[in-house]
This record gives sequence, C-alpha cells and structure tokens, in this order.
Amino acid sequence: MELALAGVTKQFPGVLANDDVNLTVSEGEIVALLGENGAGKTTLMNILYGLYRPTSGTVSIDGKPVEFHSPGDAIKAGIGMVHQHFMLVPVFTVAENVILGDEPAKRFGVIDRARAAKTVTEISRRYNLDVDPEAIIEDLPVGIQQRVEIIKVLEREARFVVFDEPTSVLTPTEVEGFFEIVNSLKADGKGIVFISHKLGEALEIADRIVIMRRGKTVAEVLPGEVDEAGLAELMVGRPVDLVVDKAEADPKDVVLTVDHLMVLDDRNRQVVNGVSFEVRSGEIVGIAGVQGNGQTELVEALTGLRTPIGGTVLLNGQDMTIATPRAMHKANVAHVPEDRQKSGLVLPFTVTENIVLNSYYERPLSRGVRMDWDAAHDQAVRLVDEYDVRTPGVDVLVSNLSGGNQQKVIVAREFDRDVALVIASQPTRGIDVGSIEYIHSRIVEERDLGAAVLIVSSELDEVMALSDRILVMYDGEIAGEFDGSATATEIGLAMLGSGDEVEAS
Amino acid sequence: MNDDQPHLEENGQVEPPPAAGPHSTLSRIVGIGSSLRQALVVPALAVVTALLVGAVIIALTDLDTLPLWGTDPGEAFRLTMSGTGTAYKALFVGSVGSSRAISETLFAATPLILAGLAVAVGFQAGLFNIGVNGQMHIGGMAALWVGFSLTLPAFIHIPLAIAAAIMAGAIWAGIAGILKARTGAHEVITTIMLNFVALFLVDYLLKTSVFQAAGRNDPISEKVNVTAQFPTLVGDYRVNIGFFFSLLAVAFVWWLMYRSTIGFEFRAVGFNPSGGRYAGMNVAWVYLGVMAVSGALAGIAGTNPILGLEPYRGTSGFAGTIGFDAIALALLGRSHPVGVLFAGLLFGALRAGGREMQGVAGVPIDLVLVLQALIIVMIAAPRLVRAIYRIKTPDQDASTTISTGWGG
Ligand SMILES: Nc1ncnc2c1ncn2[C@@H]1O[C@H](COP(=O)(O)OP(=O)(O)OP(=O)(O)O)[C@@H](O)[C@H]1O
Ligand SMILES: [Mg+2]
Repeated sequence: MELALAGVTKQFPGVLANDDVNLTVSEGEIVALLGENGAGKTTLMNILYGLYRPTSGTVSIDGKPVEFHSPGDAIKAGIGMVHQHFMLVPVFTVAENVILGDEPAKRFGVIDRARAAKTVTEISRRYNLDVDPEAIIEDLPVGIQQRVEIIKVLEREARFVVFDEPTSVLTPTEVEGFFEIVNSLKADGKGIVFISHKLGEALEIADRIVIMRRGKTVAEVLPGEVDEAGLAELMVGRPVDLVVDKAEADPKDVVLTVDHLMVLDDRNRQVVNGVSFEVRSGEIVGIAGVQGNGQTELVEALTGLRTPIGGTVLLNGQDMTIATPRAMHKANVAHVPEDRQKSGLVLPFTVTENIVLNSYYERPLSRGVRMDWDAAHDQAVRLVDEYDVRTPGVDVLVSNLSGGNQQKVIVAREFDRDVALVIASQPTRGIDVGSIEYIHSRIVEERDLGAAVLIVSSELDEVMALSDRILVMYDGEIAGEFDGSATATEIGLAMLGSGDEVEAS
Repeated sequence: MNDDQPHLEENGQVEPPPAAGPHSTLSRIVGIGSSLRQALVVPALAVVTALLVGAVIIALTDLDTLPLWGTDPGEAFRLTMSGTGTAYKALFVGSVGSSRAISETLFAATPLILAGLAVAVGFQAGLFNIGVNGQMHIGGMAALWVGFSLTLPAFIHIPLAIAAAIMAGAIWAGIAGILKARTGAHEVITTIMLNFVALFLVDYLLKTSVFQAAGRNDPISEKVNVTAQFPTLVGDYRVNIGFFFSLLAVAFVWWLMYRSTIGFEFRAVGFNPSGGRYAGMNVAWVYLGVMAVSGALAGIAGTNPILGLEPYRGTSGFAGTIGFDAIALALLGRSHPVGVLFAGLLFGALRAGGREMQGVAGVPIDLVLVLQALIIVMIAAPRLVRAIYRIKTPDQDASTTISTGWGG
C-alpha cells in the first residue's frame, strides 16, 4: 500500500508554495518532512488532506489517482491529520469528541454513547494510549489532548497519518510518550508523515527524511547517513551554527526585581507562590520548567496582563507591580508572548498592521490620532527584510504566513526598539534552525547592548543554550538556581521537583 | 538573514500586490479583504438571486392568474411574465427612472446610510449594537428640542441640533458601553432593552408640556422652527442637506476606522480582544468608545425624520424600523463605510421604487419588504449563493475555517 504525491504544485497569490513536489509514503513507514519556515510543508499536507486543491499534480493511493474535494474525502480514503491546534470541543468528553462528526447512531438518530466509549477504550488499549473516555477535554494536559486527536484519526480507520509539528507543544516526557505511540502505529502498518523543526527528533524517529526548500523537495536522506548539522545545511542551504556563540556575560545593574510575587490563574488558584529573583542588565536569565508550573501566569504578571495578589515587581527601581501593558511598553519592555495566535497577533490584520500593533501610538507611526501608514509600511518592509520573514509583501494578511514566519513577525516587532528588558516565552517555537540561529544571536546582541533578558521556555535545550543563569520553576516556586555550567540531568531533575535543590553560584 | 534570496521574496518585495494594505487607497476602500471583485461578487449575486426569487413570489401571490395555470398554462405564463415585468419596471422607474425618483431614493437612503454606519462601526469592533433604533429616537428627540425651542440663524441652528443628537445618541449608547466595560453585560441584551426604554420614553416625553404641541392630547410635538429644518438640495424635491451629511459621515467613518489610531484600536480589539490587550489597548475604553461613536451616528440618523421630513414634528416611534433595517444593511455592505453607502442607496431605491410598485403595478408594499428580506437571507448565507453560482471558495476561507495552528 502506498500513498504518492506526484508533481504537486500549489500557487497562492504571489507565492508558489509547492513547486512540482513528489513524495511517497508506504505502509509501516515514518517519513519526516523537514524544511525552512514557509518551505511549503503544511501546504503540501493540506493538499493531501483535501483542504486545498493543488494547482496541478495528483495524489494517488496504490497507484490509483484520487481527488479530494474536502477533508471528508481524504478521511474516507484513509488519510488522517493531527493539526497543531487541536480541534476539540473543550467541554465535551473524550468519547464525545472522538465521535463528533461521525456519530454512531442508534435508531431514531439517538447517539450511541456506550458504543462510542467502547471504541475509545479499545483503540486506547490497542495502542497503549491510556485515555479515559469519560474525561472532559479541558481538564486534560496538552499531551493527552493530542492523543485524543490521534484516537479520532484512528477511529476513522486512517491508514496514513500526518502530524504537523506535533512535538512543539509537548514537554520532553510527553515527546517520548508520543514517539512510542508513533512507533506502535508504524508497527500496525500505518504510514506516517511527521513534520518537525527539531532535527534530533527526525533523526530519532524517521525511516526516511525528506527535505523541502522553497516549495521543492531538495533532498532525501536516511537517518543513518547524516547528523543534525548535515540536516540543517540541507534545509537552509548553508552551514548553520547549532550552538549559540556568546561571550561571557557581564551583568551590570539590576533591571528587574521580582519579590515574593504571588499570582492567581484564571480559576483563582494560586499558581505563583512567592517567587523572587533578579535580572541584571547584560545577562540572560532562563526560566526552565515543565509547562503548567506557573510560568505562564508569572510572565503575564510581569508584563502587566495579570494583577498579582502579592509581592512586588520593580523595573529599574520603579514599582511596576500593577502597571498596564502600555506602561510596560513605554518602559521599553519587549514581550514575546507564549501563544502567538491568541495574543501576539491579530490574524485578520496585515503584516504591516501587526508590526505596528503595539507601537502605533508613538511617532513616527502616528501624530495625535492620525496614523501615518507610509511610515508603518516602511518600518514593516525594513523588518521583513531584516528578520527574513518569508512573505510576498507587507500588505499580506498575517494569517496567510506560515507558522514560523508569523513568529518572526512578533520577534521583529518586539526587538526593533531600544529595549531595557526582554521577556520572551518560547521565543523560537515553530521556527526553523536557520532562523533560530538568527533570533538567538539577536537575543545575545540585545544582552550585549545592555538589556536584561528573561527567557521562559519548556525547551530545556534552548534555555541551556542561551542562559547565563537558569532558574527552575516547579509548582509555582523557584525550585533551583543553576549557572551556565550545570548539566541537563541536574536541571531536568529539578524540573520534576525531585532534585535536592542544587544551589549553585 | 540568509544570503540566498528565495523566490518568494523576489516576488513580493519588489512590488507588493497592488490591491492590498494600508498603502493603497483602493485596498483600504475595499477594506478587510484583498480583492475588490471578490468583495462585490457575492453581494451582487445575492441581490440578483433575491430579485429572481421575488419574481416567483410575485407570480405566486397573483391570485387572479393562479387558477389559470390549471386551464391555460400558456396564458398564465404570459400574464405572469407581464405582471412581474410591470412590477420590476415600476420598481426601476420609481427609484431611478426620473430626477424626482432619484431624489426619493436619496431621501430614503439618507437615514439608512447613517444608521447602517452606526451598526457597521460596532461590527468592525466586534460589538453588535442592536440599539440603533433606540439611539435614533433619543438623538431625534434632542434635535427636536433644539429645533423648536430655540430660534437661531440656520447655519448655527442646524449644526446645534445635530450636535445635540450626536451627544444624546452617544450617551444613550454609552450606557450599554459602560455596562459592558464595567460588568461584562452583553451589549445585545442591554441595547435591546434600551430600545424599549427609548420608545416609551419618547411617548412619555411627547405628552409632557415641554414637547407636546399646544392644544393636542395625542403624543405629538411642537413643530421644528424653520431655521432648523433641513433645506432641500433641489427645488421642491425632498432630498435635502441630510444626504450631504450622510456622505460626510461615510467619509468620516472611513477615516476614523482606517486612518486613525482610534479605528486601529477598534478593529484590533474587534478581531482579537486579547491581542488588543497584549498590545496595550484599553479594551474597556475601546468598547465604550465604539458604542459612543455608534450611538452618535445613530443620533444623526435620528435627525432625519424630525428635521428633514414633513411635518417636522416628533410623533410616537418617528424613526420607524430604520434602526433594524440598518443591521441588514451593514451586513450587505460588509461593515465597510463605502459598502454601507451602496447598500443604503440600494435599500433607499427599494423603498422609493416599492411605493411606485404598489401604486402602478398593484404589488403590495409588503412584497418589497419580502424582497429586502430575501436579499438579507442571501447575504447572510454566502455559502448558499456560492453554491448556486458554483463560485469556488477562495483558499483563504479554507484556512480561516480550519485552524492550522503553529504549523501555519
Ligand atoms: N492560505 C494561504 N494564502 C496565501 N499564501 C499562503 C497560504 N497558506 C500558505 N501560504 C504561503 O505558502 C508558503 C508555504 O507555507 P506553509 O505554511 O506550507 O509553510 P511551512 O513549510 O509549513 O512553514 P512553517 O515551518 O513555518 O510552518 C508560505 O510562503 C506562506 O506564506
Ligand atoms: Mg507549517
């Protein structure tokens, strides 16, 4: 059994997203699809899944050409897709979500809940997914929600499953669990397409690695043949520095002082329990921790999006505990938010409009209430060029950009000022290796220019590569502090709350 | 920065696509979408479809010919064709067939455009102001009071009366805005309720000694002084300076929404409130501001039935249902000021032509309302229109209905 894309071309207005692409996936095979941001990976998969019609080219299964007019057709043909943003109804149970759109009906259209629950349990058992059919989605961690998406695909009897950047929202432990699942799918004869920007993951899980660049497939390699550096070079077309090179930090005055900060989450549970730390000008402090240990709320409190219930935040000695986001912006605090689509961007706005989203009120972008769109346009053109945002123009809606390019728009906007303090959550989520190199070097540059930098990431590699000092957050508290020389094991233990408070430097 | 330039950039940065973005005026006029044609095709087809379906309805409701279909279908068909032909010809003649007809169309369109703008501003900022009707009545009452109780030169009197309407409309709508900003009360509920309050308040006020015409017992006001009456534009045609004001309002709203920081905030918060908050916008203030602007426009709309219409008096429910028609109109105009202008002209034409249709072709005025309603249904169901005419859904739409997440 084989799935084949032949000569697939997709033309968007101004963008040739796929250019004569050939790709095959066999049963029981895991194909990793790598490529720069905007290379056309998601577009290709959306064509496979019937979301887009190709401009030319064919999809065939077992040599027979098929034509998909909608995802429904693709599902019927045995193709399943797990999107990055899960399409689950948060207030429904797992079983209800799984049967949504494909409800097993009893007579008179009554939904057969018992059968639905049984199906979920069966699939869950067969692939070792460990999902409770009666659990409510919103109570489940992201990793389990992803499994529900997988069950949905399996319930519809998919023989080929596409995963678009499945690991970028998972914690390292969850990634391991995810790989086990993928391997058991493979053992069951499913063909898998796996998209990721983490080269190590591709090397670990894939049977074959296909690399796309500018809409074309440019290389196909076996995991044994290359290493990460080799993959990176194939993707970007030039050697990439995978380690951040930076000079020794030279910390100066304290810029940010957080003292016994206490913050509630949306459900009024205290999730930040008296956190204290300092960030100095000229140093990068990383906050590591498994997601959901209060980092989100901590960052929101530091950037004015959430009012703390106790403690203080000082910025250059000034009390900013209850400052608004606007006040923080005026105080030259840059903020790369955790969820780019929820808060970092206005998706139906153009690239230009998103570039000026939080500085529109300042000169030269406006005078009084009059916007100066020419100035905004010029600024956008400059930043798009500087940060290598792949877009046909600055007047394109940001929703039409690829995920990684959307992230670059935010980073460009936030770093294009004299910043005193940078607060960045998952700054490189979904970004390709070449651009990660660039963004990391920009972060180091900001540090060397005298900014205080706070990086919050569940990605231990990133925190370790960038930080001069690492704080580990566990259960709303700082569970450990490490200097740049600490090992991943030490930090990893602290992240799980089981380290004996290794207090270094 | 990569040293090798991908073709994507060569395509783009040299010459951005012509019809998009803040840079090109055309694209700003078209608004949110990127292509003018795309924005116009579906509404235009909706109108055509509605007219066709309307023809069928006119035929079916023609009780004289209906029995003929059984005995002499040929004759029935002929009669039906000529019947609907006469009806649509009357619609055409009555709306644009003569200079007086055009005047009637513009006259009817005036308050519709203004009220449509009021709704559209709300839509663009993510608020559903159903209270335009009430705001029109309150604004109209303020203009009425200034109109009859003061005597001033016209060039002061008219602006003053309009200013009063703006204030009153803005404050009335602002109540809903404050309730939303302070307590989170949904504007749909509050504005509906405020509509009732406004209507009964008008009835009450019209019976107080302040407003009620001397010697009358029914709810009818004093007559507006001639200095506050809208002068007509041409001779004895009814179209008056109010139409000019509605054009000014279109230009103003366009400038406000697309050229000012205020409109930028309105639109950003409308599309994504948490994005707006992150960007430092005060979401509560934005809601209040949007309601005030919307109410101000509704207030101006409310001056037309008072200052621009015989007998220049306030009566019970003087603004009719314009405030509700405005919702459909804003949808038809895709919440864009220029779209609202055209939608207002269309609805104005339907009203003016509808009277002719009733008079000449004997088609009940209700059918004109049915036609309007059909247009709205077609507009509200773009998928239906697309399906009928087999228009391909643009890929952009696919990407908005299906979230593709971080992966893009
Ligand atoms: N609906 C659309 N309309 C116009 N252009 C689009 C649309 N979807 C994608 N594009 C463009 O097509 C190109 C390929 O995008 P795609 O999302 O496939 O990239 P990707 O390889 O998935 O990148 P990433 O790694 O950043 O997710 C990009 O330049 C993007 O801007
Ligand atoms: Mg993608």
